[in-house]
Amino acid sequence: MNTRARWGRRATFAIGITLGFAYVFPFFLVFVNALKLKYDILANPLALPVTITWENFQQAYTKMDFFRSLTNSLIITVFSVSLLIISSSMLAYYLARTKSKPSKYIFLVLVASMIVPFQALMIPFISRFAPFVSINNRAALIFFYIGFGTALSTFLYHGFITTIPTEIDEAASIDGASDMVAFWKIIFPMMRPITATVAIINALWIWNDFLLPRLVLTQETQTLPLSTYLFYGQYSIEYGQAMAGLALAVLPILAFYLVLQKQFISGIAAGAVK
Amino acid sequence: MRKARSLKKFMKFAALPLAIFTVVLVVPFVNGFYYTFTDWDGFKVDKFVGFSNYAESFADPKFWTTLRFTGLFVIVSLILVNVVAFGLALIVTSNLRSRNFLRTLFFVPNLVGGVVLGVIWQFIFNSAIVALANKYDWELFKQSWLQDTNKAFWALIIVTVWQSSGYMMIVYITGLVSIETDVLEASQIDGASPLRTLFAIKIPLMAQAFTIALFLTLRGGFMAYDVNVALTEGGPFRTTELISLHIFQDAFGEGNFGTGQSKAVIMFIVVALAALVQVTISKRYEVQR
Repeated sequence: MNTRARWGRRATFAIGITLGFAYVFPFFLVFVNALKLKYDILANPLALPVTITWENFQQAYTKMDFFRSLTNSLIITVFSVSLLIISSSMLAYYLARTKSKPSKYIFLVLVASMIVPFQALMIPFISRFAPFVSINNRAALIFFYIGFGTALSTFLYHGFITTIPTEIDEAASIDGASDMVAFWKIIFPMMRPITATVAIINALWIWNDFLLPRLVLTQETQTLPLSTYLFYGQYSIEYGQAMAGLALAVLPILAFYLVLQKQFISGIAAGAVK
Repeated sequence: MRKARSLKKFMKFAALPLAIFTVVLVVPFVNGFYYTFTDWDGFKVDKFVGFSNYAESFADPKFWTTLRFTGLFVIVSLILVNVVAFGLALIVTSNLRSRNFLRTLFFVPNLVGGVVLGVIWQFIFNSAIVALANKYDWELFKQSWLQDTNKAFWALIIVTVWQSSGYMMIVYITGLVSIETDVLEASQIDGASPLRTLFAIKIPLMAQAFTIALFLTLRGGFMAYDVNVALTEGGPFRTTELISLHIFQDAFGEGNFGTGQSKAVIMFIVVALAALVQVTISKRYEVQR
């Protein structure tokens, strides 16, 4: 390698590593200050803790009802994503394999609906569904997520199914398999990569969603982003506790990401390019 | 016989998902349009009022403030997010040994929801930077940026760029690695400089990635809510309200369901038109392969 290329590489490395640290620095700040006493935080937010305290975490854990909101987030995300995968893969299979005008138009409506911002229907949405929400707001929220997630998930599955040759369906039906059996036993297992993409994209969206849960959920059923926001609003003066609350909010998804990094990136990439 | 079978298949595979989609999305959407022409108060409709909700919306000076603020936010964030994201994509597709590690770092802000990110930066702007500024005497940061409309705008931009550039980076990476290596080798043999290769070969060949990333940032810019509410909450004095937050405040804060919904419909039309124009223009630059 010649000198010029080597210097180029060094410059790229220097810029890259500086930016890389800048990108995670705010999280570092949160974790470091969560371990400090209130006075130490204001004295110098950048300094490492002089005396490490876990008191902030204990306070934040109880005050933001961490365990309950984590459970709520998990329940809502897991159910919504699983049901979305089932319903949208079936819908996409039907639309991709049925060559008719109505099926083409339905697909076009689904694609077009992706441009509609949630805000455009939020107000009638809430007044219309208020009675339904008051019966069981978690179930209602899961139902809403299935509705809002259908378009993108179906679109992703649709693109994948068109690459699966129809001969496979025909072979299954000649062997006597019903539509359902052929789909679940043969087609669905073949769609693993796109199922991973659909799962990751929807899980990230639902896990982090704020506006819809804010309109739908009550205090007992609030998810992690909601309880974090409310907790911070109440205790932002208690810097140490506020930082501990934020650290708790960030930890679950960060841990998940570190374990499943590759799947995350490739899943997002596959979903984004469609 | 065939018709009965295909109907049965429709009922088994498509009916339920489509019903849910219709109930959750289509019905409120159509309803929302209808309500804007009535005196709807959130519960009942008494009479038609024509376009008066729209007239009232446009007569609201705060709505104009919001529209200007949102327009500026969309343009600036669109440019900066994409420039930064493309730069990041170039770094992590270079021959650095640490490229995968860097890619992991750049993507991290994307994992966390906008509200939590907004609150983290609220601490940084309101407390951390101010404490440091007083300690080391940095005039620019002594007063929190979030107390000043113009600086709060840049605070919003900084957080948005930091949040979204990692995602758009992934889009650009996919574009960059889709370019065939023989094309790049040919340009190298012809003696093209890296900069020339970038502008004359790489960018035109990955124009589709730009179409997608620009579309996503445009839509994201118009729909931004979480960071806005967590970082500035619209303050000082409702001067930093993006359109989403403005609609929310109008309807749920002040109970103006008629104008709130009209503004939401206006937002939908603006987003749809802007996206249509952007995609049409971007598509023109895509090279057919």
